[in-house]
Amino acid sequence: MISFDDVDKSWGPNHVLKKLNFHVKPAEKVSIIGPSGSGKTTILRILMTLENPDEGIVTVDGDELWNVERGRRIRRETTQMKLTRRKIGMVFQQFNLFPHLSAIQNVMEAPIQVLGMSKNEAHERAKGLLDTVGLGEHLDHKPPKLSGGQQQRVAIARAMAMRPKVMLFDEVTSALDPELVGDVLDVIRDLATSTDMTMLLVTHEMRFAEEISDRVVMFDGGVAVEQGPPQKIFQDPDNERTRRFLKAVLEH
Amino acid sequence: MTWNSEFALSILPDLLRGLWITIQATMAAITIALVLGLVVAVVRYLRIPVLSQVFGFFVLFIRGTPLLVQAYAAFFILPHYGIVLSALVTGIIVLGINYSAYTAEVYRAGIEDVAKGQWEAATALSLPGRPTWTRIVLPQAVRSIVPMLGNYWIQMFKDSAILSVITVAEVLYVGQTIGGSEFRFLEPLTIVGLLFLAVSYPAAVLIRRLERRLAISR
Repeated sequence: MISFDDVDKSWGPNHVLKKLNFHVKPAEKVSIIGPSGSGKTTILRILMTLENPDEGIVTVDGDELWNVERGRRIRRETTQMKLTRRKIGMVFQQFNLFPHLSAIQNVMEAPIQVLGMSKNEAHERAKGLLDTVGLGEHLDHKPPKLSGGQQQRVAIARAMAMRPKVMLFDEVTSALDPELVGDVLDVIRDLATSTDMTMLLVTHEMRFAEEISDRVVMFDGGVAVEQGPPQKIFQDPDNERTRRFLKAVLEH
Repeated sequence: MTWNSEFALSILPDLLRGLWITIQATMAAITIALVLGLVVAVVRYLRIPVLSQVFGFFVLFIRGTPLLVQAYAAFFILPHYGIVLSALVTGIIVLGINYSAYTAEVYRAGIEDVAKGQWEAATALSLPGRPTWTRIVLPQAVRSIVPMLGNYWIQMFKDSAILSVITVAEVLYVGQTIGGSEFRFLEPLTIVGLLFLAVSYPAAVLIRRLERRLAISR
């Protein structure tokens, strides 16, 4: 479903992705863990076309999203990129809801503007999704009136409204008060078990990653240092760096 | 010179007519300034080649020269190139274009104030450029700059008096004309001042109230 082939990305002297080769099967749930600054989020941002790679090829669902060499895009097929991008949804650490629109308008916006849905259809779909994430009572509230956890669940509903084949979760609980994390994780757990979406999660919630992932990838210094089934990674990691990282995060 | 109420009362209708011209000119000019300023700001924000540089120079030029000079130039020079407009229309265009250079900067500040995450969310939802601007970015950008635009509107209302030099029959022009022909400036100019105040003060109060309301709803 997703493939990164020899993808390179630098921020000045900071080499965040080093010839990354990374592949995700359809419907696979993959958690990406590792210390901050290790390039985890960059993987998601490249997939969402928020960042461009310096080198390499990225494909989604068989179509090229990026094909670049020394920072220059080869074969500029931007229409193709736009169509491929529609298959991807993303939920951000800071929610990024549209603050001037109500919860339901946030969810309705893209189906109307991008898929050309009628207002009624979009409303129907948005209401259904907001019910699913437990916000059926807050349809007309604007984001500033909602708690962080509620905002993040609206953001998940908003991404789901486009029926993406691939969902990207970028540290979606990191900005939340601890008592609000559970509700958001419940929603993601539901999605993981009830849909065949391909899911990519960058997360610090190790127990959650262990529970819902098919595979866990440990990232450090721009490379995947180890990957495998969650039980293997969390119980019996082969790599020394993985062991040290897990020890540090699981101890406190 | 002592105040003559009878004289003052007799010239009031003419001055009110002048004020009405002032208000009309300001309304028309602020419309130009709000639309043109937005176009300039968006083009410069998107860094559209050539056009962006042209507008950049435009802003520099307009802000670097006095409104008075621009008004004279438009009034006396344009007709030589076959562009013959009435004094009022010339005045409105000069005032509108002049202020667009300032509103453009205000819009730009508003646009830059919109969080990066808003653009990213729009990209993640595959929203095309137009709805991203009209539905997401501009509503947020404008909200934060409404008070600033309102203040420019009041300032423009007062600056419109400059148009008297190019014979626009706005309130100051009427006052000066009366003063010149009656050899009495006390009453006409006092009333002109009071009329400006009578509009600009309530407008300022209104804008302050609007500012407060927007601050709460945010």
